[in-house]
Amino acid sequence: MNGVHDMGGMDGFGKVEPEPNEPVFHAPWEGRVMAMNRAMGATGAWNIDMSRFSREVLPPDVYLASSYYRKWFLGLEQMLLERGLIDADEVEKGHALHPAKPLRRGNFTVADVERILTRGSFSRSPQAPARFKPRDRVRAKNIHPATHTRLPRYVRGHVGTVERVHGCHVFPDAAATGRGDNPQWLYTVCFDGRELWGPEADPTVKISIDAFEPYLDLA
Amino acid sequence: MSTHSYDDHDHHGSELGEMQLRVRALETILTEKGYVDPKALDLIIEAYETKIGPHNGARVVAKAWVDPDFKRRLLQDGSATIATLGHTSRVGDHLVAVENTPQLHNMVVCTLCSCYPWEMLGLPPVWYKAAPYRSRAVKDPRGVLADFGVTLPKETEIRVWDSTAETRFIVLPMRPAGTDGWSEERLADLVTRDSMIGTGLAKTPQVAAR
Repeated sequence: MNGVHDMGGMDGFGKVEPEPNEPVFHAPWEGRVMAMNRAMGATGAWNIDMSRFSREVLPPDVYLASSYYRKWFLGLEQMLLERGLIDADEVEKGHALHPAKPLRRGNFTVADVERILTRGSFSRSPQAPARFKPRDRVRAKNIHPATHTRLPRYVRGHVGTVERVHGCHVFPDAAATGRGDNPQWLYTVCFDGRELWGPEADPTVKISIDAFEPYLDLA
Repeated sequence: MSTHSYDDHDHHGSELGEMQLRVRALETILTEKGYVDPKALDLIIEAYETKIGPHNGARVVAKAWVDPDFKRRLLQDGSATIATLGHTSRVGDHLVAVENTPQLHNMVVCTLCSCYPWEMLGLPPVWYKAAPYRSRAVKDPRGVLADFGVTLPKETEIRVWDSTAETRFIVLPMRPAGTDGWSEERLADLVTRDSMIGTGLAKTPQVAAR
């Protein structure tokens, strides 16, 4: 979706402000939100793309004005409500009022912690041969899916060069909306800065994205 | 369903109190339903506060600086090569290491959300997840570097890696001059988090001695 989360190339947000000696969390609740997200994800209640999508559909003013972990919290609460894992009256009361629902991989316990500290694999068996190879010139399609996609707006319609082939991965556009893994070939595609930002742009800059095959055409 | 909860976002002063209450309420519900064990949540938080941080990545960089064969393999297959170290947390399948040289400077961003090599660098800093960095890194990387006090020669090529899939990137910064014969352990102290994102350089021995 063409949401405010798709920030590459936008102006007006000001300087980057590094924080010296930044703590891991700025308040204890941030850690709880991070941990609840990881834990509920591990129960199989949703996948990582659904989780990203839940934050992208936050109203734009909320997205822009909320801290990172507040966005995580709002997305988490919404996903739990949508799946009926919790209910609005429970949120209101701050307590469970209805029986729990079964979770696909069971409740999250101490024994599950070690497992989630390692990233899972997103590689899947290819369904077809790769269409592109390194050094191929490809054009990012001019597409505007209304739901989750990982093709940022700033490359759409532009021509780049395939640099790496990462194998076949879960396709986020499908996974985010419950349409299965639908594995697709994944490529690093590199663009010249002037191709993206015009002839006045810094000629020493190149930008790459990792692009799924359905995002690309041969140029 | 919970749209009522969006209304209060502009009261920054009270965000902490409001969020504390709402997060505690949600955790209570999840715990009472049995979905999560709060002790398991404690362990996740503890892991990111104490075990999983930039020191993991720094060890990998220091090893690459002293061991050319390790470096070659690291650049070829980041995940498999780091897995051989054993002493760092396992990184999953999709880690790519990219090398800075006098001709080329790499920088990593996630314009769409906040993808970051957690296993190597821990949780991302606030600026990495915030709009100024996500919007500008791909369009004006030299301007972003200036915000970090870094100026590169005009002719140095800059390569920005936008983490738009599940691949994760770690930058192998250049080894500082004046460190010949240093041990891996001593070298690792020169490797900052920002140097592995590409918004900084490794510390020089002079800076490290301050």
